[in-house]
Amino acid sequence: MKSLRQHTSLWLSLGAIILIGAWPLVTGSALSRETMFTVLRSVALASSLNILLGYTGYVSFGHVVFFGLGGYVGFYLIAAQGWNLWPAMLMGGLAAGLLAYLVGAAILRLRGAYFALATIGINEAVRAFINNFEPFGGPTGMTLNFKLYKVYGGPGAALQLSFYIMIGLTLLVVLLSYWVRVSKFGLGLLAIREDEDAAEIMGVTAPSAKTWAFVLSAIIPGMIGTVFFFKNGTIEPGLAFPLHTSIEMIVMIMLGGQGTVFGPILGAAGYEALRDYLLVSPLFKNLQLAISGILLLLIVLFIPRGLVGWLRQRYAKVRRWLI
Amino acid sequence: MILQVQGVTKRFGGLQALTKVTFDLPEGQILGLIGPNGAGKTTLFNVIDGVYTPEEGRIIFLGEDVTGKKPYYLAHKGLARTHQIVRPLNELTVRENIMVGACFGHANADLGEAANIADEVMEFVGLSDKAELLAGSLNVAQKKRLEMARAVAARPKLLLLDEVLAGLNPSEIAKMVDTVLAIRDRGITIIMIEHVMSAIMNVSDRILVLDFGKLIAEGTPEEIAQNEKVIQAYLGDPKLAERLMQGD
Repeated sequence: MKSLRQHTSLWLSLGAIILIGAWPLVTGSALSRETMFTVLRSVALASSLNILLGYTGYVSFGHVVFFGLGGYVGFYLIAAQGWNLWPAMLMGGLAAGLLAYLVGAAILRLRGAYFALATIGINEAVRAFINNFEPFGGPTGMTLNFKLYKVYGGPGAALQLSFYIMIGLTLLVVLLSYWVRVSKFGLGLLAIREDEDAAEIMGVTAPSAKTWAFVLSAIIPGMIGTVFFFKNGTIEPGLAFPLHTSIEMIVMIMLGGQGTVFGPILGAAGYEALRDYLLVSPLFKNLQLAISGILLLLIVLFIPRGLVGWLRQRYAKVRRWLI
Repeated sequence: MILQVQGVTKRFGGLQALTKVTFDLPEGQILGLIGPNGAGKTTLFNVIDGVYTPEEGRIIFLGEDVTGKKPYYLAHKGLARTHQIVRPLNELTVRENIMVGACFGHANADLGEAANIADEVMEFVGLSDKAELLAGSLNVAQKKRLEMARAVAARPKLLLLDEVLAGLNPSEIAKMVDTVLAIRDRGITIIMIEHVMSAIMNVSDRILVLDFGKLIAEGTPEEIAQNEKVIQAYLGDPKLAERLMQGD
């Protein structure tokens, strides 16, 4: 009974993703599939970043760099080297993980605002590098020859496949996020978040724990990058490294509840629903990012723990099953 | 010897926080560490557990030179400590706080074992009814017990207690002293910094006195109570008042 209740959050999270994923299959509409693809992408990106931001307490403002780099590496392998999507996607994830490992060793010793600033710097540096890297097409980027989609049964089938992969990756992120949250490794991360010096004195090997948290939070965004740009058919630096996407990821996590498994899912879905509404509303369509900014401000001021965090704090009973 | 401190000197800029501090600690003892405010007691703890690296001297813990090693290295090896200013992991529950000690300290428990250790240790320090509360919501006395519980859960060989009695009322002090003695009876060697003299004189096997970063006296509680240098460090020159009275 206890273990069932302990897993409630996992079932809730997986259930929510399956619902989001199944909706377009039920309606059969391509439009709703595109919408849900975006929602799933946001859920997966936010849940990945949450491993670093929510569990470990390190705010990465440039997390989109892993999405972009993974996208570029995977895209290059597919478009220029003729690789299949699956191994290319793995390489995209590995490239992102490797970048996180190397960068993490250098900048994870920074704390608070200094770390956040450094992550923005990394994003801009990688973008600038790719802008000047000829094999990746420099500033104009690369495009996919549409004939390549034949391998997957034509463009329509390739889109459908991308959607299924996105569901799979999102489920994977949530399983990973949950595993980290309830593992000994995750307990160490939470201790680092609360008080890093005290955690080290209690024996948490903070440098390696932080590095692995960073790597885990980077791999799946890298894989998502490959799938996203495979489906998109074209990639360029402006699309791959948009800083505002990093900030939106943070808004989603903060909205739903940092440091919880279900929070980023709720936050990402809620944020996407809001954005959908704002984009089609004649009054707000040009103000969408301004609204996100105001939203972040309001959350930080009034419910800094996010929706799930607020529920957990308010109701002791909820704390027992909702994480 | 479980711990040997050899000629340790620590400077902060121009401030000489510790000067050539040397002492040995045999296993199973409670060593009291006293001295006026700013004497360098907490700095000595920070040097022993690797928060600071000393400019000179060596720390030998369980026969290994651990000078300059990281705090987590010492924790794995069997050192645990509490803080003068409590540092609970506020957003974690009392149980989770204690599990951190058990998981990552010398006990190196997995989560299941850690939960059992936490239950046992909470019983031991009297926090069982607070298990599911967030650590941030405890009062000061409870937070001090939590610090102690976390340290004990690590199953350390050497425990550094930094003013665990400060800020407690007399009945809480009595309870805490009993807990300290019970920890010693488990075979854990203890160094404790304390300002509550009656308590430290009662529980210590031996006492060290620090003043301005120097070790000025060492001995049994009786010897320390009668040591002139110690009285001077705490109360000033005992003859001074007398001389002033006589208009000298």
